[in-house]
Order: sequence, then structure tokens, then C-alpha cells
Amino acid sequence: MPPATPILELRDVRTHFPVERGFIFKQQVGTVKAVDGVNLTLAKGEVLGLVGESGCGKSTLARTIMGLLPATGGSVWLEGKNITESAATGEARRALQMVFQDPFASLNPRINVSETLAEPLRVHRLRPAAEIPARVAELAALVGIPARNLSKYPHEFSGGQRQRIAIARALALEPRVIVADEPVSALDVSIQAQILNLLAKLVRELGLSLVFIAHDLSVVKHLSDRVAVMYLGKIVELGRAEDVIERPQHPYTRALVSAVPRPDPDGERTRQRIVLPGDPPSPLNPPAGCPFHPRCPHAQDKCKTTVPALARFADRDAACIRLGEF
Amino acid sequence: MPLLDVSDLRTSFHTRSGVFRAVDGVSFQLERGETLGLVGESGSGKSVTCSSLLRLLPSPPARIEGTHAKFDGLDLLRATDAQMRAVRGKRIGMIFQDPMTSLNPYLRISDQLIEPLLIHEKISRRAALDRALEMMQAVGINDAANRLHAHPHQFSGGMRQRVMIAMALIGRPELLIADEPTTALDVTVQAQILELIKKLQREMGMAVIFISHDLGVVSGLCDRVMVMYAGRIVETADVRTLFKYPLHPYTRALQRSIPALQPKGSELYTLRGLPPDLSKPLAGCPFAERCEFAADKCRVGPPPPLFEAAPGHAHACLRAKDGEI
Repeated sequence: MPPATPILELRDVRTHFPVERGFIFKQQVGTVKAVDGVNLTLAKGEVLGLVGESGCGKSTLARTIMGLLPATGGSVWLEGKNITESAATGEARRALQMVFQDPFASLNPRINVSETLAEPLRVHRLRPAAEIPARVAELAALVGIPARNLSKYPHEFSGGQRQRIAIARALALEPRVIVADEPVSALDVSIQAQILNLLAKLVRELGLSLVFIAHDLSVVKHLSDRVAVMYLGKIVELGRAEDVIERPQHPYTRALVSAVPRPDPDGERTRQRIVLPGDPPSPLNPPAGCPFHPRCPHAQDKCKTTVPALARFADRDAACIRLGEF
Repeated sequence: MPLLDVSDLRTSFHTRSGVFRAVDGVSFQLERGETLGLVGESGSGKSVTCSSLLRLLPSPPARIEGTHAKFDGLDLLRATDAQMRAVRGKRIGMIFQDPMTSLNPYLRISDQLIEPLLIHEKISRRAALDRALEMMQAVGINDAANRLHAHPHQFSGGMRQRVMIAMALIGRPELLIADEPTTALDVTVQAQILELIKKLQREMGMAVIFISHDLGVVSGLCDRVMVMYAGRIVETADVRTLFKYPLHPYTRALQRSIPALQPKGSELYTLRGLPPDLSKPLAGCPFAERCEFAADKCRVGPPPPLFEAAPGHAHACLRAKDGEI
């Protein structure tokens, strides 16, 4: 399915954080492996959903792709070029843009909308000064912000409109890839629908590729072509959205899918729900063997020692040594 | 006699920039053991309704009025402060939305858990601690004996929410008000907490008011649902009827805007505009501005009251009442 050169490729990306103790004489006492060996590709025009519980490393992965956090291992490739070192600067920055979760925190409260949208154009010298107002108006129109609102400040907008402005800002530099970290989680359902429609339209009309991070599986399935499920810094299942979410194979994905409440009173009362015990384990002390084995209903002794690798099974990749046995 | 009988509850906030009518004439009844879902967007008045019942809002700026809000015969709107203190935390328990900020970071979990018992019951500290330990185990905290004396920062979000639930339930309340108790949590932890509330409700036979903006959560947990918009109830029905035969255009719009009920990749229904400014007087139906079915009659006169469509199913839509939509 993905063509020969993907637009974005992650090769064995690792982001580890040292845990230090002491104030003056610092001593490294451990490592948090927030992202631990992730391989992913993103095709042109593709939407890749990234799901997992909080603390699984999805936001760290997004920031590592963007170059906002340094990768401690592996490499990030954009259109065939290694951008692991240079993602935060120059051409790669222009091609790769991010939309953040909280539109109340991600916009500068002191500058108005047209300034917010003009700033990246000026910084990157993409347009002569005389053309900037026209481009700003074009961007605002693209995301559905009326031109009369361009001189307003962020506090004058609702959450949904602010997220539109944040998306317009990300589009200002004509990126090829957008990384959206929970862009609809902070919004009410009716507003969430507007933003999802907008993202789908932008992918369709501008040929953008999108890494879409969310914890709401129904939202992810709606928008994504493929879905990657993360657990403790690793991808445990990766495949087409319908395959992964409607017919999950990894026990963790199964539990995640079954935990989502469905707006169907009869179905909700009769179906068997897999309730996982406990919280996700700390990435500071990940369990030996399969990271999921302490919470897994199908774990056996061999799961405590064998680290499963992603393997092809039933039209998707999954990291479980007992695939097909349950 | 219902456990809770609320009639024409009105809560307004008197601020320098005007009077905001956050709750505008809410009436409902709740039987013992019943679970009532309260859904709506942020700002629709769900939380203020419940905070008003427990009189948790500082006054001024809040002003709580209404015909009555009788809890087992006691009018909560007119009870003395001493009567309210005897009800809060004992006969009515409340779980707040944010487990990260609702616990006192300075106090041990044990001290916070037994506080309601020491206040409301003649009980020794030792016996109260035994009850606290029992409750911690009931809400599924592993190794409860050792963790009882921990401080909140040593607990994860899911664990803290369990502590909040244990705290709300330790006095064996007759009514539990849960204000978005799972919104801040992961779906896997949410599933644990919902199962827990269901189980404890079965065992203790308490009534629950469950506030949520997530129609999925409400559909699995509640017997009856009230949909709120702009401080008013716009539709109420038993949960199956509400999901299968919604009558109010706002309820329909909510359902059409969630991806879970729509085919993959299809355009989602979106509501235009914003909820009305509650500090300005309403002309007609508060939803008319955003409603695709609105007619001239919807924009005049007082806001429509609740019309009964079938026993137990009421809505506040003039056009649905006349069978036009």
C-alpha cells in the first residue's frame, strides 16, 4: 500500500530521558524509555492514527518527529532526507508542521489572528511583504475564519475557532506533513465534528499527510487510513484502520477497543467488556519480556521472558507471540 | 415519593458584566436506585445544576432560586446551613471531575477518607480507619493497607479518582452525584471506574446523577437521560428511547455529530454558531439560532416548556410538538 518512497519515515526511533538524582552532584539513576524503537512510514496523502493510553509515548513521538525533542537513537526521514538533526530548522521545519492539543495555550494571546498567521511567512521569507495580507486572508478562508475576525485576539474566539486558527498557522508554510497531537480532545462533540471535517477536507484538497494522535478510537477510525497502537513506547499493532479497530488482534488493542463506551444502550448492556486490571506500568521500570504481560488476560510464562517483535498476521503487524492462539 | 424532587430550579450569577442565567427553570424527579444521566455541551448548566442542589456555589455571585428541591422531604434550597452540612457527604455524596485537584495534597489519603465519618458518625478513629480500608479495597486499590497512609501525589490519576469515589461512598449515601468522573481518565481506566460505580450502586441501592458530555458513557450506565442546553432541559426520556427516537433537534444534532454513529469518513453533522449569551434575554427557543428546523414561531415568545410526547418522554420543541419534524 505505501509507495516506494514514503513522505515520512521513522527508523528505529528512540527517545530516552535520563532520570537523575541529586542537585549538585547529579547521578543518573535510570532511563525512561518514552519511545523505544519505533518504525513507521507515512505515504503522501495518508492519515496515520496513533493511539494509546496517556504515558504510552505518543506525544513524545510526535515531538521527536518535529525535532522538538532530540532522538536518542534511530532516524527520521522526510522525503528521502535524514532530518533527525535538522528537523527544528530550515526546510524541514517548513515541510513539517504541528497542531497542538490545547488551543487555549498554543496561541500567543498578545498578537491578533493576522499577526499569528503572518509571522511564519515573514520568518521564512516565503512571500514578499506586499503579498502577505492576501496570503493571510487566503489561509483564514481555508479554515473558515471570516475575514472580519482577522484583527481579533485569541481570547475573543471559542475553542473550536482557536483550533481553526492553530491549523491555519500550521498551513501557512505549505507543509507536506502535519502532526496533530490530540487536536480535538479539548473540544465539545459538536465542535469536534467541525474540526474533524476540516482536517479531512484539508487532507483531501491539499494532498497533506497527517499524523493524527488521539485517544478516542472512534475519532481515529473515522479519519485515519492506518492506525498504530502504542504501549510503553513501542508499537504493538499497526494496520488499516478498519482491520485494527474492528478486528483487533493484539490483546491490548482488544482491551482498548472494548473499553470504549458505545452510544448504543442495548449493545452497551449486553456486550462483554474486557476490563484491564491496574494502570499502565511505569516506563521507568518496564516489565521484562512483553511489556503488556502483567495486564494481559492471555499471558503465559513465555510472555514474561520473550520480547515480541512486530510480525505480519491477519493483514496487519502485531507484536504478540501468541497471535492467533486466542 | 421520589428521593429527589426538583421544581423550577433557577441559578444565576450576578456579576459586574450582567446576570448570567446558568440554570433556567430545571425540574426533574429521581427515584431511589435510579441512574439519571445529564448531558450537554460545556456551559449548558449541568454542573451548576448539581452544585446548586448541594449549595456549593459561593453567594454572591450565585443566586439560587426555585420552587423547591426536595431531597427525601427536606427542601435543599431552604435548609439551614446545619441541615445542609448533615446532608452533604453523608446522605448525598459527590465525585468531582478533576481527581488531580480535588484532593488535599497536604493530607494523607487516610485522613481525607475518614473525615466524613468522623464528622457524621459517632465512630472511633480506629473503626473509621477500618471502614476506610474496606472502602479502598471495594474500589479496587491494590495493596490498600499499605497505601492508606500515602499522600495524593503518590497515586496515579485513576487511583486518585478511585479515592474520590471511596470518599463519596464511605458514608453510604442515598444519592451520588458524579460530575464527569471519568473525563480526565484513559478509556481503560474509565471502563474500570464505570464498572465500579455500577457494582457499588447494585450493592448499596443508591440513586446516581451522572453528568457527562459523552453519549457513549451515558448509554451504558443510565436508566434515564436529560439533555441540557443553555441552562434548560430540552429533552428527557429513558435511555433507549432517547437514542432510538430523539425528538429535539439538538439531541439529534448531538447524535449526528459523533463519529461512532456515522459511517467511516463521512462528513459529520456540525452545528453552526454558538450557544446563546445567557446574560441576554432569550426570544423564543434558545436553540433556534442554530437549529436547521427553526420556523418563525420558534423565535418569539417565552422559551418553550417541556411537552410530553409519550409517558416519560418530554421535549421542548414547538415543531416536534406539532408533528412538523
